[in-house]
Amino acid sequence: MGDDSSDRTFFEAEIQRLLGRLYGVALRLTRNQADAEDLVSETTVKAWSKLDQLEDRQSFPKWVFRILTNTFISSRRGAHLERTTSLEEDGEQPFSLFEKLHQPFLLWWSNPEQELLNKLLHDDIERALDSLPESFRTIVVLVDVEGYAYGEVAECLGVPIGTVRSRLSRARSMLQRALWEQAKSAGLAVGSSAKEVIHD
Amino acid sequence: MTEPDKLRCEEVIAHLLSYLDGEIDDAKRAQMDHHLEECRGCFSRAEFEKALRDRVRQAGDAKPSPSLQERIKGLMDQF
Repeated sequence: MGDDSSDRTFFEAEIQRLLGRLYGVALRLTRNQADAEDLVSETTVKAWSKLDQLEDRQSFPKWVFRILTNTFISSRRGAHLERTTSLEEDGEQPFSLFEKLHQPFLLWWSNPEQELLNKLLHDDIERALDSLPESFRTIVVLVDVEGYAYGEVAECLGVPIGTVRSRLSRARSMLQRALWEQAKSAGLAVGSSAKEVIHD
Repeated sequence: MTEPDKLRCEEVIAHLLSYLDGEIDDAKRAQMDHHLEECRGCFSRAEFEKALRDRVRQAGDAKPSPSLQERIKGLMDQF
């Protein structure tokens, strides 16, 4: 890296630019404002102390999010993240919002599944994510929110890639079920024949 | 160029999320591409899953609280 002053200028600008996203990801992982702020602060300190290990400044965003993720996972070791075996064995029947909503014989301009997506608020998605058990929420956040590849998730969590696939599939199913339950309880109308769909 | 082996809708649905994640091999991807070009039902489902994924991704956006901004500024001053 460059001298201390240019390093600091670069670092500060990048952290400020990414702060909303770092905090948002931290909030989704921890579900708690105070813990999310602690996680972002700890990430900032660690990233600054390791900045000389960053070879390519272009990769700063990916690098700093990896620090945030690893810091969170380390803090949860021995807690819920590893208690997944029984949850996985319990099973979760596959659930698809699309299958619940899609009506192939409707006219082409009627699209209940898109209508539901349009009506879902940011808060609805957050609440559904927050309702997932931690090990499942974490994997959805890593893949769907942070954009990790399965191999990277396997490395972060220290689990085989097959476990990532199965847990992610289950987690997405849980997420869609949670969104469906919320849509039902909020009475969201979804299309012309929503009544028989929404009250099943 | 030979046409890729055709997949049934059930197979496409089974692989759809891995496909959207970019986590399937090239041969399977070609089969999926081919099917999605021809099957309106599977195409609609793929579009829905992509749109839902975009909404979930946005759940990682948040406005930092003033207390966090202050805290980060305080840390930077110490660096």
